[in-house]
Amino acid sequence: MTELLVGTKKGLFRLEGDPSSGFEITARAFAGQSVEYAMRDARTGRYLASVTSWFYGPRIWVTDDPTGEWEQAKGTLLPGDEELVAPAEPPDGYQGALNRLWVIVPGEEDGVLYAGGDPGPLFESRDGGLTWSLNRGLWDHPTRPEWNPGAGGLCLHTIVTWPGDPSKLLLAISAVGVWLSDDAGATWRHSNEGIVLRYLPEEARAATAEKPQHCVHNVRRAPERPERLFMQFHDGIYRSDDAGGTWVDVGTDKGLPSDFGFPIAVDPADPDSAYVIPLIGAEDRTTPGGVVRVWETRDAGASWEPRGDGLPERDAYLTILREAFDTRGGGEALELYFGATSGEVFGSGDAGATWSQVGDHLPPVYSVRTA
Amino acid sequence: MAQVMLRAPLSELCGGRTHAIPGATVGEVLVALERDHPPIAGWVLDEQGRIREHVNVFVNGIHGEERTPVAGDDRVHVLPAITGG
Repeated sequence: MTELLVGTKKGLFRLEGDPSSGFEITARAFAGQSVEYAMRDARTGRYLASVTSWFYGPRIWVTDDPTGEWEQAKGTLLPGDEELVAPAEPPDGYQGALNRLWVIVPGEEDGVLYAGGDPGPLFESRDGGLTWSLNRGLWDHPTRPEWNPGAGGLCLHTIVTWPGDPSKLLLAISAVGVWLSDDAGATWRHSNEGIVLRYLPEEARAATAEKPQHCVHNVRRAPERPERLFMQFHDGIYRSDDAGGTWVDVGTDKGLPSDFGFPIAVDPADPDSAYVIPLIGAEDRTTPGGVVRVWETRDAGASWEPRGDGLPERDAYLTILREAFDTRGGGEALELYFGATSGEVFGSGDAGATWSQVGDHLPPVYSVRTA
Repeated sequence: MAQVMLRAPLSELCGGRTHAIPGATVGEVLVALERDHPPIAGWVLDEQGRIREHVNVFVNGIHGEERTPVAGDDRVHVLPAITGG
C-alpha cells in the first residue's frame, strides 16, 4: 500500500492504493485553502503541511492523524513581527511578509526539519515541526539585496540534505541559484559554476555568471552516491558529481523535446538514473505537442529515453509543477507519481515502463509526495 | 472598548465571535486582538503590522484601515475580502 499526499489549490488529499490495483481518496483536509506541500516524516509518522489561506496567509500545520485535527505550528514569521506596533512602520531592514511556504524536508538529526518559502527564507525546526526559527545566516546574506524573484516568486523551493551528515546542506532559490553550507546552515556560499544562463543575452552571461540570478527549478541528490546531484534548471538539465561545486550540462542535444521543466526525480537505488518531465517553456509550460511523457536516463544523463505507456498520447496539454513528482522504493520496482494542474495524478510501479491514472478530477495539483 | 466581530475560522480559533478589545485605532485593536489570542497571531496582520491584503475591516459599517480611529463601543468587523479563486 502506497500513501500519496497531494497538495492542491483546494486542500490536501490523501490517496491510498498501489499502481496495479488503483488508488482512492482516504482523507481530505484544509478545504478551500492552498496546500503548497505536504509530507509525512518517516522518522515519527507525523504529517506536516504548508497551507496558504488566501485571506490569512501561510503557515505550517502538523498532525499524527490526517483524518483528525491539525495543530498550527509556531514561528514561521519573518523579522518584524516581534516589533509589531500599531500603526506599524516598516522596521529597518524589513524585507516583506511571508508569502508562501514551498517545501518541508526532514533533516539528518532527530527532530530536525527544514522549510523554505517566499521571499527566500529558510526555517528550521528542532522539535519535529511544532516550532520553527528563521535561519539568519541565509536571511542576512549580504547578497540578498541582489536577489530577484522568478515567475513563482522569490521561492526557496529545494532543500537537500546529505545522508548521515547534518552539517552539509544544499538549497535552491528561484531566480537566485544554488547555495551550499558545510556548517549546518551557519554560513552559505553560492555555487553555480557551469550553469549557462541562456535566458540572458550571450554577451551578458560572462559578466553576470557570479551574480545570484540563476533560475534553478529543482535539485535531487542520488543517496547511494551523495556527491551526485541532478538539476532541472529553467532551460537546461545539469548534473554535479562534486556535491554541487560544479555543474555539467546533460540535457542539450540528447533528443529531449524541451530542456524546460519543473521537477526532477532520481532512483534512490541507482545514482545513474534520473527522470524529468519536459514542458514547452518558458512561455507555454505545457507537455510538448499534447503528449505526456516522462524522460528517463540510465546513464547519468548521457542519453534520455521517453517513457509513456499508459500516459495520454494526444490532446493533453498538462503542466506539472516542481513539487508534483516523487518516487517510492527503487530499482526495477521504483514507483513514480506526478500530478498536473489539470487535476490528474499518474503513477508507475515499474520504474516508468507502464503508467496508470491514480487520481482524477482533483483541484490543480501543487505537490505530490509519497509517504 | 471596541467590540470586535469575527467570522470563521478566526472566531473558532479565538473561542467566540465577539471580543471586547482596547485600542484607539484599528491597528491598535488588531494588535491587541492577536496578542490576546495567540492562535491567530499573524492571521489578520502581516509581519509589518499591516492588514493582510485580502482581509477587510469595517468600523461601524464603514471600511477602515490601520489608522482609523476607534472609540467607545465601536463595532469592528474583521471579514475575508470578496476575492479569491
